[in-house]
Amino acid sequence: MKKKVLSVLMAVTMLAGTLVACGSQPAAGGNQGGNENVGAGTEEGKVLNIYCWNNEFRERVVNLYPGYTKTDETHGTIGDVSVVWHETPNEGNAYQNNLDETLLKQDSAAADDKIDMFLIEADYALKYVDTGYTMAVKDLGITDADIANQYKYTQDVVTDSNGVLKGLSWQGCPGVLFYNREAAKEVFGSDDPATVQENVKDWATFNATAQAVSDKGYKIVSSAVDTYRTYSNNVTKPWVVDGKITIDDNIMNWVNDSKALVDAGYTGTHDLWSSDWSAGFFPEGKVFCYFGPAWFVNFSMSADQEGSVGYNGGWGATEGPQGFFWGGTWICAATGTDNPSLVKDIMLQMTTNQQIMTDIVTKYDDFVNNKPAMEAMAADTGYSSKILGGQNPLAMYCAGVDGLDLSNLSKYDQGCNEEFQKAMKNYFEGNATLDEALDLFYKAVVEKYPELTY
Amino acid sequence: MKEERSNGTKKGLNIHARRGLAYIVLAVISVLCLFWFFLLFINTTRSHSELNRGFSVVPGKYLLTNIQNLIRMGERLPILTGLWNSFIVAGLSAVLSTYFSVMTAYAIHAYEFKLKKFMFTFILMIMMIPTQVTALGFLQLVSRMRLEDSFIPLIVPTIAAPVTFFYMKQYMESSLPLSLIEAARIDGSGEFRTFNSIVMPLMKPAIAVQAIFTFVSSWNNYFTPALILHEPKKRTVPILIAQLRSMDWSSLDTGVVYAMIGLSIFPVIIVYLVLSKHIVQGVAMGSVKG
Amino acid sequence: MTMKSARRGKVVSYNKWGYIFLIPFVVVYLVFSFIPLVSTVYNSFFENYRSGLTQIGPTFIGLENFKTIFTSGEVWIYAKNTLIMWILGFIPQIILSLLLGAWFSDPSLRLKCQGFFKTVIYLPNLIMASAFAMLFFALFSDGGPINSLLIQIGILDTPFKFLSNIWSTRFLVAGMNCLMWFGNTTILLMAGMMGIDTSLFEAARVDGATSTQVFYRITLPLLRPILVYVMITSLIGGLQMFDVPQILTKGSGDPMRSTMTLIMYLNRHLFSKNYGMGGALSVILFIITGILSLAVYKFTNRKENN
Repeated sequence: MKKKVLSVLMAVTMLAGTLVACGSQPAAGGNQGGNENVGAGTEEGKVLNIYCWNNEFRERVVNLYPGYTKTDETHGTIGDVSVVWHETPNEGNAYQNNLDETLLKQDSAAADDKIDMFLIEADYALKYVDTGYTMAVKDLGITDADIANQYKYTQDVVTDSNGVLKGLSWQGCPGVLFYNREAAKEVFGSDDPATVQENVKDWATFNATAQAVSDKGYKIVSSAVDTYRTYSNNVTKPWVVDGKITIDDNIMNWVNDSKALVDAGYTGTHDLWSSDWSAGFFPEGKVFCYFGPAWFVNFSMSADQEGSVGYNGGWGATEGPQGFFWGGTWICAATGTDNPSLVKDIMLQMTTNQQIMTDIVTKYDDFVNNKPAMEAMAADTGYSSKILGGQNPLAMYCAGVDGLDLSNLSKYDQGCNEEFQKAMKNYFEGNATLDEALDLFYKAVVEKYPELTY
Repeated sequence: MKEERSNGTKKGLNIHARRGLAYIVLAVISVLCLFWFFLLFINTTRSHSELNRGFSVVPGKYLLTNIQNLIRMGERLPILTGLWNSFIVAGLSAVLSTYFSVMTAYAIHAYEFKLKKFMFTFILMIMMIPTQVTALGFLQLVSRMRLEDSFIPLIVPTIAAPVTFFYMKQYMESSLPLSLIEAARIDGSGEFRTFNSIVMPLMKPAIAVQAIFTFVSSWNNYFTPALILHEPKKRTVPILIAQLRSMDWSSLDTGVVYAMIGLSIFPVIIVYLVLSKHIVQGVAMGSVKG
Repeated sequence: MTMKSARRGKVVSYNKWGYIFLIPFVVVYLVFSFIPLVSTVYNSFFENYRSGLTQIGPTFIGLENFKTIFTSGEVWIYAKNTLIMWILGFIPQIILSLLLGAWFSDPSLRLKCQGFFKTVIYLPNLIMASAFAMLFFALFSDGGPINSLLIQIGILDTPFKFLSNIWSTRFLVAGMNCLMWFGNTTILLMAGMMGIDTSLFEAARVDGATSTQVFYRITLPLLRPILVYVMITSLIGGLQMFDVPQILTKGSGDPMRSTMTLIMYLNRHLFSKNYGMGGALSVILFIITGILSLAVYKFTNRKENN
C-alpha cells in the first residue's frame, strides 16, 4: 500500500517536475526504442551469464532494459542473446563461495559458460575489484563523460588500488538521521529539522544531547551499532595498511562514545534487525533516532503498520553528525566475457540512462545514482514523504553524500567491520575490557585473513 | 530383601501418584514441544511490520495475505518444484541409507570373515570424523566429477552412513537372534533372500527410526545443496527459504518467510506420522517373536 | 563328525556374503568420503588458503599448523566449551528419555494417549534449527515474553540479557539442543525397548518385582547396546556441536567466545578456505573424539562384564 502511494506520488512529481525527457511510464516489457545493442550481439557470445544473490537487479533489467524479453523467471533474451540469471542466496556466504569457484574457473570455461556480469556489495567490493577478474569500465568503452552524473562515493567503492574504476551502480544509498518528532518536541520544544540538526550537528553535541533525550525517557539511538556506519564511513585510513590491521581514530571514537552511551544507559547493545532493536519503530519503543538511507525509512521501519511512528508520519529527517551510506549493489563486468558490448550497454543503460533512472525512481522508490535527477527532485516542492510528516528529505540525502570520501576501503572490510562490531559488543556489555575485546577482534580477523598481522 | 519388599508396597500404593506424576510431566513436555508450532503458526498470520515488533501470542490478520504473497512468489520461486525436489532427495536418501545400512550391519553381524573386526572398527572410526571439513573436499570432488546441479551427490553418499550403520548393528545385537537366520538357511533360503524377506521386516522399527532421522536431516539441509544446486529448477526447500530471506529490503517479507517455513514443515510431519506408525507396529512384532 | 564338517563347509561358503554385503558401503565410502578425508589429512601439513580470490600455497610446512594451534592453546578452551554445553544438554536429555522410555514400557502404569505423547516428543526436531533460532530470539529478547514474565512476577527489575551472559547463553544452547534432540533419543530407546521380549516383563511381574526393579534388572541391561549407541553417537554429535550455538550467537560464540565450539572454530577457517588449519583442526578433533569414544565404549563394556 504505502509503496503504491509513494510510487504514485513520485510519478506525479516526475510528470510535473523538472525532469523533462519523457514522463510517460514505459509499458511492461519496456520496449521504447533506442536499441543500439541489438545486432551487436551477433558477433558475440550467444549466452549472457549474470550472477546475483536476489531479484533486485533482475527485476529492474526485466522491466526497464530496452529489448529484454522474459522467458521465465531466470531466463530471457536480448536480441538473439539468451540471458541466464544465476541466483544464489547470500545466507551462509553461499553467493560469494559460488561466485569465487566459478570465477576461478573462468579461464578454462567454455565461452557460453563464462560469467559475463556479476553483482557485488560495498563491504566486499574490493575483494573482486582489486583483482584481474573484473574489467575496467573504460575498457568496455564507457567514458568518464558517460558517468559524470554519478555520485563520487559510488565510484570510490569500486575503484581498485591503482585508481581504476571497475564497476557501476544504479543506486545511491546516502543516509541521514531520522528522528522521532514527538521526542524532538518534548526535548527541544520543536520538531523542526534545523533545530534538531543544531543538537546533533557533530558527535560531541550528539552525545550531549543523549542525556537531554534520556531525561525525557528516550534512548538516543536504539543500539550502539546504529552509529557504526556513520563513523566507519568517515575514516582516514583503511582497515589494513601494508598487511597490518590498523584501527582508525574515528573507529576508536565510535568505541569510546558508544561505551559512554551504553554505560550511561542512553543506548542498548542489540543486534541490527533484532526485535529489541526495531522496538523504536513504535512510539512505546522510545528511541530518539535511527540512521538510515531512503530504503530504510520506506521499507524497513514498519511504516505500513498502524500505530507505528512512521504510519503517523512521526519521523523527521536531518543530516546528522556526519554523512554516510548504507547498502547498494554494484555491477561488474567479468574479465573474459564474450559479450562485452552487451555488458557495456546494460551497465550504461541501467546506471546512466535518464529515462531508465527516472523509471527506477518511480517504479522502485530507489534513490538513483544520478545527481541532476535527484537534485531536481530535491528542489521540487511538490514532493514530500508521508512517513516523514510531509518533509522532502532528498536535499539532505544529496548533501550528506556529497562530502563522503570512501577512498579508504580495503578488501578486508567485510570481515573487519563484522568482527569489530561483534568484539566491541563484549566490551560494551562489560564482558571484556577494551584490550581483551581488541585482542578478540585481531584474533578473529586473522582467522578470516591469515595473511594479516597486528 | 525386607527393604525391597517395603519399597515394593510403597510403589504399589503410590501407583496413582506415579501415574499422576507421569501425566503431569508428559503434559508439560507436550506443551513444550507443541509450543513452537503454535508460535510458527502465529507468526505466519502476522505481517512483516508486525513481526518487527517482536513476540506475540495473538494471531494477526495476515495469514491469507502471506499465503497469497507466497503463491505470487511461486511465479518467481519454483516452490512446488522445490518441495518435490526436497521430497525426492530426502526420500531416496532415507530409503537408500536405511536399506544399505541394514545390509552393512548384517554383513558384520551375521557373518564371520577375516576383515570383520577391521571393518567394524574402521566404520566406527569414520563415524568420528567431523563432516564439516570433508565438506570442502567433497565439494571439490563433486565439481571435478561434474555432478553439480545433480541430486546424485546429495543422495548416493547416504549409502555409506556410519551412524545409521552403527544403530542397525546395535539393534541387531539386541533383537536379531542368529538362530533365526540359521533356521532360514535350513529351510533353504538364499542369503540375499533371507536378508530381504526375514531380516528387513524384523528390522522395521529400527528402519523407521533411521528413515525419519535421515529424511528430516536431508530435508532441512541447506549447506551442501546451496553449493551444489545452482539451477533454479533443481533447488530444494531450504535454499528457497534462504532466497526469501535474502530478498532486497523493499521486497523482504518475514511473514512470507514464516509461511514458507510452515509450508515446508507439513511434508516432514506427514512422513514422520506415516513412519512412526511402523515403529509402533514393531511392538506387535516383538511380542510375536517372544 | 560329519555334521560338524558339513556345517563348517557351509560357513565358509556363507562368509563371502559378508564381503558382498559390504560392497555398496565400501564403494560409496571410498568415492565420496575417503578421497575428501585423505585430502583433509594431507592438507593439514600445508599452508593452503585463499586470500580473496588469490590462492596461497599449498606449501609444505610440516607440523607448523599444529604448532600454531597448540601454542595459542585456544583449542582447549573451545573443547571445554563444547563439553560443558554437551553435558548441560545431554544429562537432562538422557534422564528424560530414560524416564519416558520406562513409563511407556511399564505396563502397570497403563498410560493413556501413549501414541500422542510418543508422536509429540519428536516434533521439535522437524523444525529447522534456523527457524527455531528465529523463535528463540523473539522469546528471549529484552522485550520478549520471558523477560516480561520475570519482571511481572517480580524476579527481575530490568530485562536480563540472556545472550550477553556466559552461563545463560550456554544454558540456552544446551536447552535448545536438548529440546531438539531428546525426542530423537527417546525414539531410539523406545525402538530398542520394543525389541525386548514382553514375556520377560510379565514373568518379572509374576515374581513380584517392582517397576523400579524391572527397569534396573531387565530393561536397562537389555537396552545396553542401544544405550551404548546413544552415549557414543551423542558424544560424537556433541563434539561436533555446531548449528545451534552458531545460529544463536551469529557465529561469534559470544560472550567472549565462551560458547564457541570446536566446529564453530573450524568453521571460521573455512571462510578463507583454509585447508591447512582446517585440516589440522579436524585431525585434532578426530583424535579427541576417538579417545573419548573409546573411553565410553570401554567403560560401558566393562560394566557389562560385571
